[in-house]
Amino acid sequence: MSGAYEAVIGLEIHVQLSTRTKMFCGCELSFGDEPNVHTCPVCLGHPGTLPTLNEQAIHYALMIAAALGCEVPPLNEFARKNYFYPDLPKGYQISQFDKPIAVGGSFADVGITRAHLEEDAAKLTHVGASGRIHGSGHSLVDFNRGGTPLVEIVTEPDIRSAAQAREWAQLLRATIRQLGVSDVNMEEGSLRADGNISLRPEGSEELGVKTELKNMNSFRFLERGIEAELERQREILESGEAVVQQTLHFHPEDGSLTPLRSKEYAHDYRYFPEPDLVPVAPTEAMLAAAREAMPELPLARRDRYIEQVGIPAEAAATLAFQAEYAEFFERALEAGDGASAKAIANWVTGELVAALRDAGDVDPGDSKATPEAVAALAGMVESKAISHGSGKRVLSKLVADGGDPAAIVEAEGLGQISDSGELEKIVDAAIEAEPEAAEQVRQGNQKAIGRIMGFVMKETQGRADGGAVQKLIRGRLGAG
Amino acid sequence: MASELLELTVARAAERIRSGELSAGEYFDAYREAAAGDPLNAFLWTAEGPDEGGAGEGELSGIPVAVKDIFCTEGVATTAGSRILEGYLPPYTSTAVKALREAGASVLGKTNMDEFAMGSSNENSAFGPVKNPWDHARVPGGSSGGSAAAVAGRLAPCAIGTDTGGSIRQPAALCGIVGMKPTYGAVSRYGEIAFASSLDQCGPLTRDVTDCALILRALEGRDPMDATSVGIEGGVELPSREDLKGLRFGIPRELASDAEGIERGVRGVFESTVELIERLGGELAETELPHAPHGISAYYVLAPAEASSNLARYDGVRFGPRADGDDLTEMYERTRHDGFGDEVKRRIMLGTYALSSGYYDAYYGRAQRVRTKIAEDFARAFESFDFVVTPTSPTVAFELGARTDDPLAMYMSDYCTVPMPLAGIPAISIPAGLAEPDGGGPELPVGLQIAGPAFSESGMLDAAHALERAIGFDSVPGGGS
Repeated sequence: MSGAYEAVIGLEIHVQLSTRTKMFCGCELSFGDEPNVHTCPVCLGHPGTLPTLNEQAIHYALMIAAALGCEVPPLNEFARKNYFYPDLPKGYQISQFDKPIAVGGSFADVGITRAHLEEDAAKLTHVGASGRIHGSGHSLVDFNRGGTPLVEIVTEPDIRSAAQAREWAQLLRATIRQLGVSDVNMEEGSLRADGNISLRPEGSEELGVKTELKNMNSFRFLERGIEAELERQREILESGEAVVQQTLHFHPEDGSLTPLRSKEYAHDYRYFPEPDLVPVAPTEAMLAAAREAMPELPLARRDRYIEQVGIPAEAAATLAFQAEYAEFFERALEAGDGASAKAIANWVTGELVAALRDAGDVDPGDSKATPEAVAALAGMVESKAISHGSGKRVLSKLVADGGDPAAIVEAEGLGQISDSGELEKIVDAAIEAEPEAAEQVRQGNQKAIGRIMGFVMKETQGRADGGAVQKLIRGRLGAG
Repeated sequence: MASELLELTVARAAERIRSGELSAGEYFDAYREAAAGDPLNAFLWTAEGPDEGGAGEGELSGIPVAVKDIFCTEGVATTAGSRILEGYLPPYTSTAVKALREAGASVLGKTNMDEFAMGSSNENSAFGPVKNPWDHARVPGGSSGGSAAAVAGRLAPCAIGTDTGGSIRQPAALCGIVGMKPTYGAVSRYGEIAFASSLDQCGPLTRDVTDCALILRALEGRDPMDATSVGIEGGVELPSREDLKGLRFGIPRELASDAEGIERGVRGVFESTVELIERLGGELAETELPHAPHGISAYYVLAPAEASSNLARYDGVRFGPRADGDDLTEMYERTRHDGFGDEVKRRIMLGTYALSSGYYDAYYGRAQRVRTKIAEDFARAFESFDFVVTPTSPTVAFELGARTDDPLAMYMSDYCTVPMPLAGIPAISIPAGLAEPDGGGPELPVGLQIAGPAFSESGMLDAAHALERAIGFDSVPGGGS
């Protein structure tokens, strides 16, 4: 990114609520069931049917409002958003327009414009080469998803980079997951993010022409998509041309962006108040119930990890902001096994995160390395039963095959060399092999000790306790 | 014997069935035969026999009811008078029909109507116009024209319809029967095919006021399937009043003396009915509803706006006929082009326009403000009066075809009935007498409209009952043309 421009990014996040039933009828929610089994006359838009409000959805939306520090206006109202599409059985979507359930919040330094409730559309499958409606032979509609409650969260354009957008969205996801009101799974579509993206000259307060970016169905794609769009806009601006307001579709396969046909998004939605529903006036009791239902949220959890559990700030944030790691950590902490919280946190946020990423972005919840095993491992290293290096080897075994760390140490012969005589012999051999370094250490150069250490570690295949080795070397070389 | 049965009121028939004097089967058969012979094109479907499981112990035990074809009935074709629903078999039954069945009634048949309840003459039905039983060359009114004609023409003892701008009261007036639009929210709309959701309300069409109360009693109630339904607190009492002492009646000049287009004969009947109110001890005075004359304009923005959205679901994707098309848009266009009639298309276009970005405030927004003003006018009037009275329809039944080329003239049929649904309040039309049309010809029924505050149904029925007794309307349609 050239220094001349500043990125201005706002996000629109759709969260599918995990209520028992749909937004406006009694059909159960489902994912992955055979098509069109969770339907009724209401969610199929049969003539004469009417929507009725799902109170659990209102409760969940009020929880989200509380978590995002939003105000809840005294009255919220549903409206009809009118457009024709086969995934919309009534020819309109019931959504909230000018009277949303929540307004004006702030979450992790990003302003929240509003959060509103609406119903999800049905799922379309376009049969044919393109996978999109144009050029497909025919399209299939699965109404199971139609009518699922959604909360749409709209942020202020307060985000300044693609990476920040990703981090913020991940924190939002962790928070909503913690609330227990959604599965927040981007791949399954229970969390969907669109971006409003523009550039402006650095220092300017005006907003540039924005584009809307759709179809970023993972956090990685969210970052990559925004990055690509910022790059595209920068090239346009630098060549002296103007950005055209449009909606772009991100293609994760090759990172390209294509404009949606104007027909696919240029609608006059003809909003008007939904006459089949009455406005909702959240009572003090409803607001209190929402507040009381809130568990500890990631930001508060991070602070607790730092202040009460005694974990370094960075590790605390890593854990607290990634609900699946926080859950893993809490379980490991519970298993304890003599390891300190800090040691467990370091193993989880350091080696485990890296190992799971290397294993192909495995969710820690699905990891073969159980929280109990990682806690035990951290304890073994902390008590010097094995070296840190051996610990890493045990962890990669755990991630690959699971199992019990003690058994792996036993089987692999990774136990720390506890026989001081044996260790002394290896240290002597090391000093002999690295005479130059030994001389430097004698003359007070502490850094040179590393080379001798390296020799020992190589000889012992990491089974030696680093602290003990260092002590031995210093003793031998009279370096104190 | 059969023709004597067809003259019984619902209350009398139900009483005889309860006492064992009359068998429910015999009574139903008399009407089944009459309805099957339908000379009025009032029915689109008639039942073979009483509903299974119906005819229970309720107040309407054994009573056949004609049901406007706008109410969904599981497994029985429901068209709303439109080609676009030809062959549609609803997978569920409307709450109103269920309520009637629970009270012991059986569906006698589904009645013809203006397509999607849009019309005042029943000439907008895709299945041909209904004839007025008083004169087969004239319209029965609309949109519940089939229900009104069936009840007046002795093809059904009672019926239900829907009223959005006058669709129960106006045909009741033109056919010489009683018709009531209850307070918005009194009767569930679930399963009633929507025209204009904020206005539509189901109500009875009957031979007399007592029957009207009986049917309303069965219909009203809060329905968990309709978020806008509340029922009528305290229920509906059967009317018993014989005078109007202590009741204050206002005559809104905008809908009576000052109203343009009220036929001479209609005015005459209205004036003599007003005198009758006074003779029965009612207090009378002129009052004002200053915004009522704008009712038609507001109504023809709001109702089409809601209709344009309500009718979007008829897209050929999930039910009803589907036309072929090279792509999705063409399929939509052809399906809707072939399926909807002219008036429906006109209103969809009107409504779509009124809601369009840039026009919303000028049309929909302004019409909503007029609506509020009209409601305030009524509220002010009801500070001084228990009820207001007006002619129901400016004219008696007009000739088939007389207004089909002039939508605005047709819309004026609802001049006196439109303000009440805009205000959400109840109103009843009762036969007040006969009058010649302005153009001359045999005398035809004239309706008197009584409107009252929200949920004043019991009192309104009581007053209507006293007036009905005093009017003593006992003419029956002669038919012919």
